[in-house]
Amino acid sequence: MQRYFMNTLYEQLGGTAAVEAAVDIFYRKVLSDHRISHFFEGVDMDHQIAKQKAFLTMAFGGPVHYTGQDMRRGHAHLVQRGLNDSHFDAVVELLGQSLSELNVAPGLIAQVAAIAESTRADVLNR
Amino acid sequence: MPVIDWEGQQVQLAAGESVLDGLLRIGADVAHSCRAGVCQSCLLKASSGQPGMASQAGLKAAWIEQSCFLACVCYPAGDLAVETPGAGVRSSAELIGMSWLSPTVLRVILQPEAPPVHRAGQYLTLFRDDGLARSYSIASLADEGKIELHVRIVPDGRMSSWLAQLASPGITVGIQGPAGNCFYTTGAPDQPLLLAATGTGLAPLYGIVREALEQGHCGPIWLYHGAANSEGLYLQAELEALAATHPNLRYRPVLRDRNGSITDFIINTHPQLKGWRGFICGNPDFVNSLKKRVFLSGMASREIHSDAFVPAPPSS
Ligand SMILES: Cc1cc2nc3c(=O)[nH]c(=O)nc-3n(C[C@H](O)[C@H](O)[C@H](O)COP(=O)(O)OP(=O)(O)OC[C@H]3O[C@@H](n4cnc5c(N)ncnc54)[C@H](O)[C@@H]3O)c2cc1C
Ligand code: HEM
Ligand code: HEM
Ligand code: FES
Repeated sequence: MQRYFMNTLYEQLGGTAAVEAAVDIFYRKVLSDHRISHFFEGVDMDHQIAKQKAFLTMAFGGPVHYTGQDMRRGHAHLVQRGLNDSHFDAVVELLGQSLSELNVAPGLIAQVAAIAESTRADVLNR
Repeated sequence: MPVIDWEGQQVQLAAGESVLDGLLRIGADVAHSCRAGVCQSCLLKASSGQPGMASQAGLKAAWIEQSCFLACVCYPAGDLAVETPGAGVRSSAELIGMSWLSPTVLRVILQPEAPPVHRAGQYLTLFRDDGLARSYSIASLADEGKIELHVRIVPDGRMSSWLAQLASPGITVGIQGPAGNCFYTTGAPDQPLLLAATGTGLAPLYGIVREALEQGHCGPIWLYHGAANSEGLYLQAELEALAATHPNLRYRPVLRDRNGSITDFIINTHPQLKGWRGFICGNPDFVNSLKKRVFLSGMASREIHSDAFVPAPPSS
């Protein structure tokens, strides 16, 4: 993840509190979307939100600590339960919707989508 | 795999084995309960080596500085020497009173050796002489000078049945804590508050609601207490009296046999929770499902405080 890009996104969102709000908006969409919400049954909400926030906040300022290998391991059990391209597309769509609700510029949203896209093979364990 | 040293005894961890499981395998006498990183019963101290950040999540800063960690969620990268945490972490208290709040809920009053420093709603871990440890939420305010717990009697429950049948005032127990983030904070006196509990989840909320009122909270406070039927309620008269003298407090018992699901009942009453703060305690399934529902109804994740009363797994 390019540091330059993340700083820009962070600024556009407007700081840490706004990143928190962005994660809430995104995660609320994920949990209410019937195409994908079943993957999140029983996942502890606190841990998930805390990790996402810590990650996003960290990613804006510091080095990124996870690898493609982590992404593979983190989703392997979901792929066994049927996680596929359609679910991945749904998540990218919701991420884009969240950012546009927060008035992030379209060009930047396209870059976020491209970054998410770059994880597809790892998330789907291909 | 890493080697763990415990009082001169060594054990090499198997792949995927936690420090707690490794120590129990060699017969070490390490207190534990939930085995899920929630109750803090299995707190140990690393005298050398790195337990890892994941095993210190949620611990207070002073304990992390002393290299304390939770053994049940500790998968260290290298060797560790570990010991029972000493003074400064554990202390003792005298059991000075016990009375029944309902046919299944015991009120336990402790006099700690040092004046209590908790925030109402936090929990502590109670240690019996033989090392059995269980966590209980604190219903009293620190300035009341004593510690009040509400213990639901679990059939054949090791700690709760012992308290009900064998313990008597005058005995000494070990205590560790306080711990947890489920407590009232000042700074937003007119924010609407949602307090929801099942069973003895009322204990922390009984502290939190009185703390909030004492601090002059003037926004609306909704207190829901869920139970299977009217026998599961307790402190009803006290809470009704509190609501009668504080017009911003609403107290609502919710009975499954009469009102249906407590989560549905609450969300139907409050479909929009944007800007609210929530405190949710008790049965883990209830806590997790209501947390998700209030979040989806607009409550910010940062405003959701909770304690799930995760029990010890059946086998241990
Ligand atoms: C943070 C925290 C705060 C807590 N606060 C309180 C509190 O304020 N008041 C309170 O009464 N309890 C509270 N608990 C629960 C408490 O720690 C014990 O788990 C409980 O008292 C049972 O312990 P026991 O030794 O009596 O039963 P155990 O000997 O541990 O249990 C006997 C058997 O019953 C099962 N069991 C025990 N409890 C349940 C349950 N609720 N549902 C299903 N099966 C169960 C066990 O798995 C076991 O098989 C809290 C737990 C946590 C983690
Ligand atoms: C640019 C996009 C994203 C990146 C780079 C990213 C990265 C991360 C990282 C690194 C963590 C883990 C942090 C840790 O373990 O400490 C994390 C947690 C998590 N992420 Fe994101 N994330 C992104 C978007 C998403 C999307 C689209 C989803 C899917 C809906 C998602 C779901 C999760 C979940 C569920 C967790 C926590 C899981 C748990 O409880 O262990 N993330 N994310
Ligand atoms: C943009 C792509 C995505 C990114 C960057 C991402 C990132 C992550 C990360 C980093 C974790 C944490 C792994 C760990 O802690 O070990 C995680 C977990 C998780 N992700 Fe993804 N994710 C993506 C897509 C998806 C999709 C498409 C789904 C399902 C629809 C999904 C569902 C989950 C779930 C349910 C977890 C938690 C697993 C568990 O704890 O059981 N993710 N994600
Ligand atoms: S936190 Fe380890 S046993 Fe509960």
